[in-house]
Amino acid sequence: MSVSVRIPTILRTYTGGNAEVSGEGGTLREVLQKLDADYPGIGARILDESGKIRRFVNVYVGEEDVRFVDGLDSATPAGAQISIIPAVAGG
Amino acid sequence: MSLDFGPAVALSCRECGARYDLGPSFACLECFGPLEVAYSFGSVTREDIASGPANIWRYRSLLPVPVDVTSKQNMNPGWTKLVKADNLGKVLGLRDLHVKDDSGNPTHSFKDRVVAIAVEAARNFGFHTLSCSSTGNLAGAVTAAAARAGLEACVFIPADLEQAKIAMARVFGGKLVGIEGTYDEVNRFCSELIGDPLGDKWGFVNVNLRPYYAEGSKTLAYEIAEQLGWELPDQIIIPVASGSQLTKIDKGFKELISLGLVEDKPYKIFAAQAAGCSPVSTAFKAGHDVVQPVKPDTIAKSLAIGNPADGPYVLDIARRTGGAVEDVTDAEVVSAIKLLASTEGIFAETAGGVTVGVLKKLVETAQLDPSLTTVVLNTGDGLKTLDAIAEDASPTAVIRPSLDAFRAAV
Repeated sequence: MSVSVRIPTILRTYTGGNAEVSGEGGTLREVLQKLDADYPGIGARILDESGKIRRFVNVYVGEEDVRFVDGLDSATPAGAQISIIPAVAGG
Repeated sequence: MSLDFGPAVALSCRECGARYDLGPSFACLECFGPLEVAYSFGSVTREDIASGPANIWRYRSLLPVPVDVTSKQNMNPGWTKLVKADNLGKVLGLRDLHVKDDSGNPTHSFKDRVVAIAVEAARNFGFHTLSCSSTGNLAGAVTAAAARAGLEACVFIPADLEQAKIAMARVFGGKLVGIEGTYDEVNRFCSELIGDPLGDKWGFVNVNLRPYYAEGSKTLAYEIAEQLGWELPDQIIIPVASGSQLTKIDKGFKELISLGLVEDKPYKIFAAQAAGCSPVSTAFKAGHDVVQPVKPDTIAKSLAIGNPADGPYVLDIARRTGGAVEDVTDAEVVSAIKLLASTEGIFAETAGGVTVGVLKKLVETAQLDPSLTTVVLNTGDGLKTLDAIAEDASPTAVIRPSLDAFRAAV
């Protein structure tokens, strides 16, 4: 499925400064694998050594925080907007 | 651009220790962890502090602000009352209880402290607009501080906030944008706005200025210790929304010890949440060190952060100090607001009802030692959350102006 991925400022060094890139995959896991293939190194910034989403990263598919859905197995339908956002904000 | 952050020398990642130059950044490039201000403190004495102004700037040598901060247009918050609460203590069975009442700040909440620091950071970085995501109190603190500092303001709130908080944020000017969603959604929106040209040259106090802003909460720790005669309390109950305030009060106590300003002694930190938004309390009781986000549903809207950024650190601190994380229902919050008001003459906002309610619960469940010096925080003014006591917002009797009518009524 073709999706679009919003890249936070601190990861744009990997995407040549692009704030939004296109991605592929039926689940978030697949989308992130493809993202890392396109932009080597970006995957390790989002996922920790054990392959889980880092503690201080929030990932959204559309309006939904994937922690409330199926985490990395969350479905990413065609046209979905995926946002990767640093969690350290607010309060 | 020459920066003047006083004793602050760098930003450092709380997770992995990576260090960065002082700048408008908030997340570690390596691991996304939160960045904190690192200092090189000179010698600081109690006398130096005591000779300073009766506001947070008496602690300026411990904060990321310029040396000449007192000469700038600022709200000058802080040095609020520490009320010896013997009446409430008697009701709850506590020997030595104090209420740190931050409703006495310029816009009637503790948020004035953190915003004052953020204003100095915004000036340092040459930002023209002050912004934030807010559960209410912060919005008013930001628009007021921006007005005084001569900055533009554009603040974002959940659209369903208490009317009083909306009015207060509006009256100081600037833009107040209601977002159709929860605070967590507002927060997410602000994080995205930062990466967009729309948000260029904007200082979001609790996003890209967060490392500086958060340091403002240390002043609560400094004041409590100074007001107790340069002594740390044995126990303190702090409300938890994002958890930032609690982590910084702990940091403030540790700094006072390391600078030799107070005697090194154990203290216990207790965190208070509303049951309708208690992700940290839930994790604490389950023995987890990860906080599972929740969708908030509570009258304590200033604490309604379902995905608390500093939640894991709150767990660490509560466990390290031998404290606990506890939560109370909305009904307990309302009854605690009334209890504090009727015993000490302090009208707390719902977050203050949460801390007092949790204090009561901690005593009843023997999680807290009633013989020790205990401080409970009231972070804001009850006039901002009148909805909580709406059922009591009418006279106890309405009579004709005659003695007979009064006699009959009483």
